[in-house]
Amino acid sequence: MTKGTVSGIVANMVVVRVDGAVAQNEICWVTAATKGTKGAKDAGSDQAKGDHFSVKLMAEVIKVIGDEAYVQVFDSTRGLEVGAQVEFAGHMLEVTLAPGLLSKSFDGLQNDLEKMEGLFIERGSVTEPVDYGAVWDFVPTAEVGRSVVAGSWLGEVREINLVHKIMVPFTFEGTYTVKDIAAKGSYRVTDAIATLVDGEGGEHVVTMVQKWPVKRAVKAYSAKPRPSKVMETGVRAIDTFNPLTEGGTGFIPGPFGAGKTVLQHAISKQADADVIMVIACGERANEVVEIFEEFPHLVDPHTGNKLMERTIIICNTSNMPVAAREASVYTGMAIGEYYRAMGLKVLILADSTSRWAQALREMSNRLEELPGQDAFPMDLSAIISNFYSRAGIVSLPDGAMGSITFLGTVSPAGGNLKEPVTESTKKAARCFYALSQARADSKRYPAIDPLDSYSKYLEYPEVVRYLDQTVEQGWVDKVMRGKTIVQRGKEASEQINILGDDGVPVEYHERFWKSELVDFVILQQDAFDATDAYTSFERQRVMYNMVLDICDREFEFPDFEVCSGFFKELVNLFRQMNYAQFDSSEFNSYKDQILAKL
Amino acid sequence: MRAFERVYTRIDDITKATVGLTATGVGNDELATVGGRLAQVVKISGDRVTLQVFAGTEGVKTDDEVVFFGEPPSLSVSEELAGRFFDAYGEPIDGGGVVRGERREIGGPTVNPFRRLQPSELIATGIAGIDLNNTIVTGQKIPFFADPDQPYNQVMADVALRAKADKIILGGMGLSNDDYLYFRTVFENAGALDRIVSFVNTTENPPVERLLVPDMALTAAEYFAVDKGEKVLVLLTDMTLYADALAIVSNRMDQIPSKDSMPGSLYSDLAKIYEKAVELPNGGSITIIAVTTLSGGDITHAIPDNTGYITEGQLFLRNDSDTGKVIVDPFRSLSRLKQLVIGKKTREDHPQVMNAAVRLFADAANAKTKLENGFDLSDYDNRALGFARDYSEHLLAIDVNISIDAMLDRAWGLFAKYFTPAETAIKQELIDKFWQ
Repeated sequence: MTKGTVSGIVANMVVVRVDGAVAQNEICWVTAATKGTKGAKDAGSDQAKGDHFSVKLMAEVIKVIGDEAYVQVFDSTRGLEVGAQVEFAGHMLEVTLAPGLLSKSFDGLQNDLEKMEGLFIERGSVTEPVDYGAVWDFVPTAEVGRSVVAGSWLGEVREINLVHKIMVPFTFEGTYTVKDIAAKGSYRVTDAIATLVDGEGGEHVVTMVQKWPVKRAVKAYSAKPRPSKVMETGVRAIDTFNPLTEGGTGFIPGPFGAGKTVLQHAISKQADADVIMVIACGERANEVVEIFEEFPHLVDPHTGNKLMERTIIICNTSNMPVAAREASVYTGMAIGEYYRAMGLKVLILADSTSRWAQALREMSNRLEELPGQDAFPMDLSAIISNFYSRAGIVSLPDGAMGSITFLGTVSPAGGNLKEPVTESTKKAARCFYALSQARADSKRYPAIDPLDSYSKYLEYPEVVRYLDQTVEQGWVDKVMRGKTIVQRGKEASEQINILGDDGVPVEYHERFWKSELVDFVILQQDAFDATDAYTSFERQRVMYNMVLDICDREFEFPDFEVCSGFFKELVNLFRQMNYAQFDSSEFNSYKDQILAKL
Repeated sequence: MRAFERVYTRIDDITKATVGLTATGVGNDELATVGGRLAQVVKISGDRVTLQVFAGTEGVKTDDEVVFFGEPPSLSVSEELAGRFFDAYGEPIDGGGVVRGERREIGGPTVNPFRRLQPSELIATGIAGIDLNNTIVTGQKIPFFADPDQPYNQVMADVALRAKADKIILGGMGLSNDDYLYFRTVFENAGALDRIVSFVNTTENPPVERLLVPDMALTAAEYFAVDKGEKVLVLLTDMTLYADALAIVSNRMDQIPSKDSMPGSLYSDLAKIYEKAVELPNGGSITIIAVTTLSGGDITHAIPDNTGYITEGQLFLRNDSDTGKVIVDPFRSLSRLKQLVIGKKTREDHPQVMNAAVRLFADAANAKTKLENGFDLSDYDNRALGFARDYSEHLLAIDVNISIDAMLDRAWGLFAKYFTPAETAIKQELIDKFWQ
């Protein structure tokens, strides 16, 4: 293996003089002298008595000039000296893929946070992402003599509530034949479960564990069709107005306080997915703590299982090392691709991709690259597009379909959507959920702006067909009508504000109040109410049809006060309906009261 | 003399804030003195070492002595810190002796998120704009967003003294000498000095020194919270001046500025400080209350904007023109963690009373706009305006100091004075129980 010595240091970028070949993005380990620190003292370690000892810090090659490699260290470089030893690993940043990842919490480099000792995360801490001692009940599914490729299923184990497929490792190229396969029984992840023979007769032993370089997309699939099925999130402003699809992409930009995190948490609790990956990327630690505390107790509305059982958390909070923040989104995506290859529906939520972009900016700055807009690297747009393109629905070698749906938040500086991260993401993602400060200020949550936001999937003929079949014939037309009502209501409200209540015809008030009805009943939703927080598609269909039916009527109110009074009462009854169990007697009694008023 | 000191006497180059020299065996982030002034290693390239001189390089000579300490900035921690005043380097400025204790590097590692607890303990401040509308809890980080002419330091001193914290750590950055003496006097008069530790950089000190203050304050805070299991409240004022110092350094290091001339790493730099707020499993906690001064109330500027994305809410101070009092703005202020305690650790009617009062206050604001635009006011509008005046004067004003139950009772009193129960739209069972 190539070795080197440190020849320069600026913050977490280190220059290494190398004695052999290095690869771009290769991982290396920098040996740093350190002193005992608080955490080590808590743990009662002998090393902690102020003596010097050394830790190995993980780093990644980001530039090579002659015999000097520039590496970004995924940790603090405090105390590092020129002359320190560096060992190159011979591979890029990898994730370890094996049964047992579900319900775990990892840092951006896939260290298991739960296994770390002490209160503080000590520099150079490394913990295993999988439990090598655990045994799994393996059931073979591929027979001897079968021809297989990377991603082909060889067998399966049960991981909590999921059938976890054991696959031909993604790194295998070409076609192989199964020479032998382990019998049904208990195995550790490192035990051999199959022997494969390649075209030249070479034999390869396969275990339940494999590694994959995170920055490379897993391509173990035969086709990547356009998304055609809608993914239910239980959030009306998304499902009804701008639906997300299985294998689709979307993003949520919004100023602070607009409710990005509450919305993402709601989706992570309710979405109809088999595996949810929450990537806390450069955000508040207390928000992750909320997941740690709540998810083990909350129940998945689709299966009745505990939420934590389908969740994987990748956690690089804002005070954790910046370089590892960049890695965290790739780590999450690679784990997502692994579960997708089992034919599962994976939803990845990243909060916030702006912090990832900022990590790229810091590094670009240190490399003294010529900056693009707002000092972000010139290729920011390409990096973001490339990343979003890893989502999607795919046809797997065994004929099944698997999907990754990706939803990222963006934290635009100053709430201005014309900044580079928002604009670059807009090019890459197909759904845009703009959170508006004005809606947040007037406590209209979720603050998704109904007019600025869009879902490109509503234009897909296959999605239109899907909604025709699963919701009702002509559904997308109804959605568009709802959007028009909101648009016209906004125009009417502007006129009323300029000319005064008496200065406009009563029809303007009617138009305004119809849009308020759509807003209050459909778009606004109480994320803290157990019933209202999650609305099934069937319930959304019923409610939306009722509201549209009212909007289709002409009322001919005598004056504007009668108009607003009438609609205020309607809104109140509808909201009580939203708070009631679907189809309960309470629900139906409010429904009857509404019908009686008409 | 410290253990690993090495001395050089030749400086090769000098800029406004940095000096460069040839030296070996130097660690990144290591401290040194340059002609007696404190400096820190910021860049090493082979045997070329660049040092950032905190006090600036005016008068530094090419043959000045450079002494390397062999360790990054650190602070001696022990119970002796209590009641003391220090400068940005952790040296006493109150005439007292040097603190004995274990030396700890400042800016230490991150608490493992998995070991954190969810904050759940209320901090009562007596100010209704905070306790009633934007309740804060231990382990939270929240700044005051205020214009420079507002009395944010006074409010912060009040909050600090009323909060039942075991220790209060003041980190003063670019504090005017008058404000420094104000804090000192207030703490002394309250007989609270033994609970207080202060790290102060005044406007008389070089601005770059400020960069050490938050880390010094938080290292002391971690000592009391982690080692002693105490509830620690950290006051940081003014974080805008801290960020300005970051900009100065990054500029002198030839870094490419991003928005508003701030360094691209501003978010991470601020997050590293604020994220030290924590609720610990041993019962200790660190709560951070900071001040971010605004220019012309602009919250889209990079400093308040990045702060807002990091902190758990913000408290806006503004002058209420109707009553002439400073109030905590109920519309723009937010405490993200209030949900964890209101109605659970406080009286059951708290969430509904809070929402109703703010909603009625908003109705008054609308009535005011109507009035200004020359439209007629309805009876309801007039009642709302009357309510708003009383609400500002008797609840929101920062000089009101009462318990949360008293705030709730006072709010119910105002509701009854101006509105019918239906107009408050509060749940019937609460109306039955509390309507006065």
